[in-house]
Amino acid sequence: MAEKSKIPLHRDPFVRSLIVQLTIPALLIWGLYIMFQNTVENLARGGIKTSFDFLGEVAPFAIGFSPFWTFELGKSTYLDVFIIGIQNTILVAVLGIIAATTLGFIIGVMRLSPNWLVSRFALVFIETLRNIPLLLQILFWNFAIFLAFLPGPRQSLEFLNSIFLNGRGLYLPKPVVNDWSGFWVVLGVFIAGIVGTIILRRWAKQRQDETGKLFPARLVGLGGIILLTLLALLVTGGPISFELPALQRFNFEGGIELPLPLFSLWFALSLYTSAFIAENVRGGIQSVSKGQTEASEALGLPRGLMMQKIIIPQAMRVIIPPTISQFLNLTKNSSLAVAVAFEETVAIFAGIALNQTGQAVTIIFMTMAVYITLSLLTSLILNIYNRRVQLVER
Amino acid sequence: MTSVQHISKPDRLPPISQSGPIAWVRERFFSSIGNTILTFIGLYLLYLIVPPMLNWAILDANISGTDRSVCDANRDGACWTFIKVRIVQIMFGLFYSANPDQIWRPIMAFAILGGLITALLLPWIPKKPYIGAFTIFVFPFIAYALIHGEWLGLKVAESDTWGGLMLTLILAFIGIAAAFPIGIMMALGRQSDLPIIRYLCVLYIELWRAAPLITILFMASVMIPLFFPAELDFDKVLRALIGISLFQSAYTAEAIRGGLQAIPKGQYEAADALGLSYWKKTILIILPQALKISIPGIVNTFITLFKDTSLVSIIALTELTGITRFAAGSLEWKGKLIEGYVFAAFIYWCFCFSMSRYASSLERKLDTSHRN
Repeated sequence: MAEKSKIPLHRDPFVRSLIVQLTIPALLIWGLYIMFQNTVENLARGGIKTSFDFLGEVAPFAIGFSPFWTFELGKSTYLDVFIIGIQNTILVAVLGIIAATTLGFIIGVMRLSPNWLVSRFALVFIETLRNIPLLLQILFWNFAIFLAFLPGPRQSLEFLNSIFLNGRGLYLPKPVVNDWSGFWVVLGVFIAGIVGTIILRRWAKQRQDETGKLFPARLVGLGGIILLTLLALLVTGGPISFELPALQRFNFEGGIELPLPLFSLWFALSLYTSAFIAENVRGGIQSVSKGQTEASEALGLPRGLMMQKIIIPQAMRVIIPPTISQFLNLTKNSSLAVAVAFEETVAIFAGIALNQTGQAVTIIFMTMAVYITLSLLTSLILNIYNRRVQLVER
Repeated sequence: MTSVQHISKPDRLPPISQSGPIAWVRERFFSSIGNTILTFIGLYLLYLIVPPMLNWAILDANISGTDRSVCDANRDGACWTFIKVRIVQIMFGLFYSANPDQIWRPIMAFAILGGLITALLLPWIPKKPYIGAFTIFVFPFIAYALIHGEWLGLKVAESDTWGGLMLTLILAFIGIAAAFPIGIMMALGRQSDLPIIRYLCVLYIELWRAAPLITILFMASVMIPLFFPAELDFDKVLRALIGISLFQSAYTAEAIRGGLQAIPKGQYEAADALGLSYWKKTILIILPQALKISIPGIVNTFITLFKDTSLVSIIALTELTGITRFAAGSLEWKGKLIEGYVFAAFIYWCFCFSMSRYASSLERKLDTSHRN
């Protein structure tokens, strides 16, 4: 009898995969180990011992802008610097995301306008901003335009006597609570209004399903919230007031101060990202097949209702995932703040703190960890969203 | 009996209200009251924006002379004299503006590159894979020999003195050329059946993609000297290049993975049925198709890279953005930032816009699905 043919060892898929999967990690670990050895040696030569101990040391430099976390020169540590950096990164990201989304949606819809002038304007806006490096735009707005042309504090550009813009920054009124019990009443009324609107919309939907009658629940709800909140404000005697920025001898005092680097960074980031979001919005609306428009026209839906009930819900499914990635890009791009010296993670921690302490390995590692956490969070949100959308679909 | 005669009359032209320029104008600008209002608002905005910009950039602009006295005499318009005087510096950086007789070297290098890219784009030129491989693997050395000069016995231009658009192109091109092979390996690894390899590749790709380029450039400039023995000396440009290439390789890998996933499963199965080994299957069957599909994606990541090279100005290299700042910060041309940035922006825009047009036309050509 013929012997059972045996696969030679070097051809056996299992053995081969085992060898490959053992060799490559081994080589990798070996390479990393050599690098680690070199790093330790090089650092020792420079007299630096890598550890996290420096985080407890007092930071010998001042930080000008920290709206929530207090910084005190001579007392605050490098850990405070790290936290303030993250705080400012998140602050500029949130402000940028709000502005970029609003502007992006407006430009994206304008891009599809039947009016030739309007759609061309949107096209020029998108193609100009998308194709110029963000860093160049930030530098342009900050150094060539704002710093060069914005007036000094005395000649500030003002809006409604409460918002001021000058060469040092943007000054906004700051809400101040003077009567906490009244404030809670107003907040309660506001929340009750939102809950009421949700119930109203449920009822309206149910009634529409049963009788086909439409009820403008969104409009009524919004009007109700605004009216009730205003009424509550009046009844409780104005528990919230606004502290206006006031011109002092050299600059404005009081109110919320956004320093010029933050303002330019926010301005450039929002414009740049809005161009990308506008393209997502355009693509999303165009992805809804023409049959949907025709079918809703055949049903006799007016244009507004057609957009609201047919086109937008389907377009959103295409628009939202790439837009969330754009939010992440915006957050990562906020690290360009280092070019205009706005004090966020990269600028103060990976920049100033690294130069002061020489703790390159730890600091770069921590900075990367911040962004990696943020992007993991983003992809988590994306995955949850995608799963939900898919469930709705099938 | 009567006979009926059919004489077909020539088609009548559509009514004037339905076609032609008048209908076009009516439909695009005055189709409804709202549309008409928009048109007038748009025209008014155009009137506000366009004439002043045109006056500043062209009609009132200064280009004559060789120093700023011309610009100081007429402050209404742009000072293109600044660009004219500093053009060699903005294009080729400090070494070549100090040695203007040498600028044939970078010009020749980029002329060769232009020729190679033209050959790659023209559909009737054969042997594209060889030209592509030559461009990626051989051309960088020719360009280095020309631009640096030592190998050819020319006047040596140390890399610290490279700058301007030349450095931007070097960073972007070497960045993509070095990222390409790594990207292919990582994309293949991510699709591999071997779990450890797959996880390593996923880790590699996701880590680089999660971090912003500026932190990677910081890392490259601070940590690369630490990772290697002190005898090895990496200059600033090389460190930036390593950072950019690693960063870019993760994005290239994702673009190529898109191509790998777009190939029908039958191709893999057919190659297996023929008994081809993994590498034969990959090199002969899978990659040629996958790379072709992923070209638009790769071009798009390249556009991002091209814009991102401006970040190296933060780590003190004078590429296009950095040199513009440098030139406009000089004593002679102080305060000419707007002209400098507008000119730099225009150069970036020309490159990025033409590449994005190319990518989208290619996408349309490759897209054989019948949507709408």
